[in-house]
Amino acid sequence: MPSVCFYFQVHQPYRLKKYRIFDVGHDHEYFNDHSDRSINNEKIFHKVAGKCYLPTNALMLELLNKHPEFKISYSLSGVFMDQMEEYSPETLKSFQKLVDTGRVEILDETYHHSLAFLYSKEEFVRQIELHRDKVKKLFGVTPTTFRNTELIYNNELAVYVEKMGYKAIIAEGADHILGWRSPNFIYRSPGTKKIKTLLKNYKLSDDIAFRFSSRSWSEWPLTSEKFSQWVGEINGNGNLVNLFMDYETFGEHQWEDTGIFDFMRALPGEILKHPDNEFLTPAEAAKKYESVGEFDAHNFVSWADVERDLSAWRSNTMQKEALEGIYAIEADVFASGDAKIISDWRRLQTSDHFYYMCTKWFADGDVHKYFNPYETPYEAFIAYNNVLHDIRMRIERRKSGRVSSKKKTAVVKKKKTPLVKSSKKKVVVSPAKKKVAKRKSKTT
Amino acid sequence: MFGWEFPPHNSGGLGVACYGLTRSLSRRNVSVIFVLPKRIVGLHHDFLHIVFANIRNLKVRSVKSLIHPYITSDQYDDYLLKTPEKDLYGLNLFDEVRRYGLQARILASEEPHDVIHAHDWLSFRAGIEAKRTSGKPLIVHVHATEFDRTAGHPNQYIYEEERRGLHAADCIVAVSQHTKNVIVEHYGIKPEQVMVVHNGINYEEFRHDLPKVLQDVKAEGKRIVLFVGRITIQKGADYFIKVAKRVLEFDPNVLFIISGSGDMEHQIVRLALDVGISDKVVFAGFVRGDELLKLYRAADLYVMPSVSEPFGLTALEALANGTPILVSRQSGVSEVITHALKADFWDVDDMADKIVNVVSSRGLQQTLGELGSKDVEQVTWEKAAGKCMQIYDDIVRRAD
Repeated sequence: MPSVCFYFQVHQPYRLKKYRIFDVGHDHEYFNDHSDRSINNEKIFHKVAGKCYLPTNALMLELLNKHPEFKISYSLSGVFMDQMEEYSPETLKSFQKLVDTGRVEILDETYHHSLAFLYSKEEFVRQIELHRDKVKKLFGVTPTTFRNTELIYNNELAVYVEKMGYKAIIAEGADHILGWRSPNFIYRSPGTKKIKTLLKNYKLSDDIAFRFSSRSWSEWPLTSEKFSQWVGEINGNGNLVNLFMDYETFGEHQWEDTGIFDFMRALPGEILKHPDNEFLTPAEAAKKYESVGEFDAHNFVSWADVERDLSAWRSNTMQKEALEGIYAIEADVFASGDAKIISDWRRLQTSDHFYYMCTKWFADGDVHKYFNPYETPYEAFIAYNNVLHDIRMRIERRKSGRVSSKKKTAVVKKKKTPLVKSSKKKVVVSPAKKKVAKRKSKTT
Repeated sequence: MFGWEFPPHNSGGLGVACYGLTRSLSRRNVSVIFVLPKRIVGLHHDFLHIVFANIRNLKVRSVKSLIHPYITSDQYDDYLLKTPEKDLYGLNLFDEVRRYGLQARILASEEPHDVIHAHDWLSFRAGIEAKRTSGKPLIVHVHATEFDRTAGHPNQYIYEEERRGLHAADCIVAVSQHTKNVIVEHYGIKPEQVMVVHNGINYEEFRHDLPKVLQDVKAEGKRIVLFVGRITIQKGADYFIKVAKRVLEFDPNVLFIISGSGDMEHQIVRLALDVGISDKVVFAGFVRGDELLKLYRAADLYVMPSVSEPFGLTALEALANGTPILVSRQSGVSEVITHALKADFWDVDDMADKIVNVVSSRGLQQTLGELGSKDVEQVTWEKAAGKCMQIYDDIVRRAD
């Protein structure tokens, strides 16, 4: 009697515009492309909302209403939620309706869909807290399951996340770790006490996410009958089928005319035809099943590419340089005390920026190229590198601004000490503020 | 095969291309009779034998002539004045081309052959005459057109010569899709008559360690951006200066080296002076062999801002040395190399943006260099020769 657990990843990065060296020092808006290119974030959001989010949410609501046993889960990145609020409140409403059914679990992740765990544990924790707050604010729930960016996972992460109070964590059911063992059980990583690891059944998940419309696939066309039969076949060799995929599978990666919506519409009914089958959310699955063994992820695993490692974001020296560059300024970013600088810095941590710089398969032009809004990985790097220059310059200006204002107040202090001791603080603050305001008006 | 120049006495990519192609063809057991014009002034008669000592199946015939590749009509007149009277043949460049064509007739009747393969316009007439004599199929190989060389302002006579050759040919080979487009667009040729055979490179010959002296220069932190090519309107040398000016506004620590000579040289020197960057631009003159390899190795980036570049072998040579390249989108080499920066030659800002980033980012420079030099390994003369063989076979079969 297998339990079926759906988790959909919902994410949109803030893509950088074509930001050139000439913009450094003048233009501090990095994400506001208004062209027809696929780096126009608002345009993309509307496109994907129309093709995927809105119709798929409507379908999921229909299914939840039709089948009281049906359950699903989502992880919405913080940068996705921000864009949803800004560009498409309608999409937000439709997600809220789903969560209101009580049968939709929301997972936590790093707010900025970042690789922070690899570079700064402090920032990692801060971003999860931000995410938790955001989910609470928009949906009124507090997640107990965690998924890290792109299912990047290792033992240390599991331990870390357990300490933060999470009961379950999501990972890729990578063959090189599982060996002969099945992903259709709950596992636990070495060093953890209770947190349960749910592993993606990548074969069945990818049958839907990647192979569904592939006519060269021997199983094409995939029907809901056939798929639920495959799910049934794991009976005796597992109790939990984890179907984890990008939400954009529906309508965006697999277009409507492939029949993906009809497939999904029929699937819960087919699976529930067998009275022993059921649907669970990740938190429910973690509660229901005990772990059967150890999932020893000594090295990082992820759900990306055939390698299932970090190479999509960190295989060439450009990517490494960019990543080291962005985390190297962490302390200065916070010291600046400038909310806009902090926010921009965080948006620059989104993993997609580094994915766009990946050269692994660039020459073959496969999935990386498909998902890359920049012409080449080099263009992606150059835009990013220029933005890094600019943000460093902004930090420097804040610093020198504060130093010079301090000097001024020192002079002021000498002159005015006997008169206005109480208003000293105000005097200190105001010149700096004015300076920033002036600079802002100059640049806009 | 009618060619025009050969290393080490070449002045451009044509000689390198003919050499690479001929060598790979000979390895495939194709016998090549290579016909070369022999310039009278200052040329060793024996160099061909030295060059070809290690190539089997090759016979070289030379013909006395004043012509050499990239010659202009004015230059020919200049040569004419300096040449001893007894060596004079044609009254001007065009007469000389015609005279050379007539000599090809004699050659064609003396040397048995299956196909005639003529490289670029100066040899087209010779190819046509040879075909008229022997009746064998003619392949014309286009390494550059008059439109490329003059950036869109062709000399009418040369254009006519090219057109005649293209229309007389049984098959046309273009060194790139870019060149094929030019041929189709400007010469009234149907696309299906033109085969694209990209040039190649023996990358191993270009891999050497950086000499100590240049290592020291680089250790000082100076960044080097290199231009190699004839200083002509085609190669976009003026854009190189404009880009240099723009780059220096952001990074004064960059040195721009121009290697080559050409009819725009004085103009370019002036331009560098006028925009106030003459201290950052070094004119290295025409450099070849080891010296050139050293330059490639020393450079942080090789830039080829050609207005119209049929192929662009020097970019491959730079890349074989692990030096990243920034090439004009209007070039053949951009068709065969993935790991390169590409820009429109007129987009000075875009090129400057890319240059500033390469010289300031080790990560970008290293990734481009490493992956680019792997790309180069795939661009071989063996591949080019293989395609030519295929064309020979097809054309001979069709003729039978």
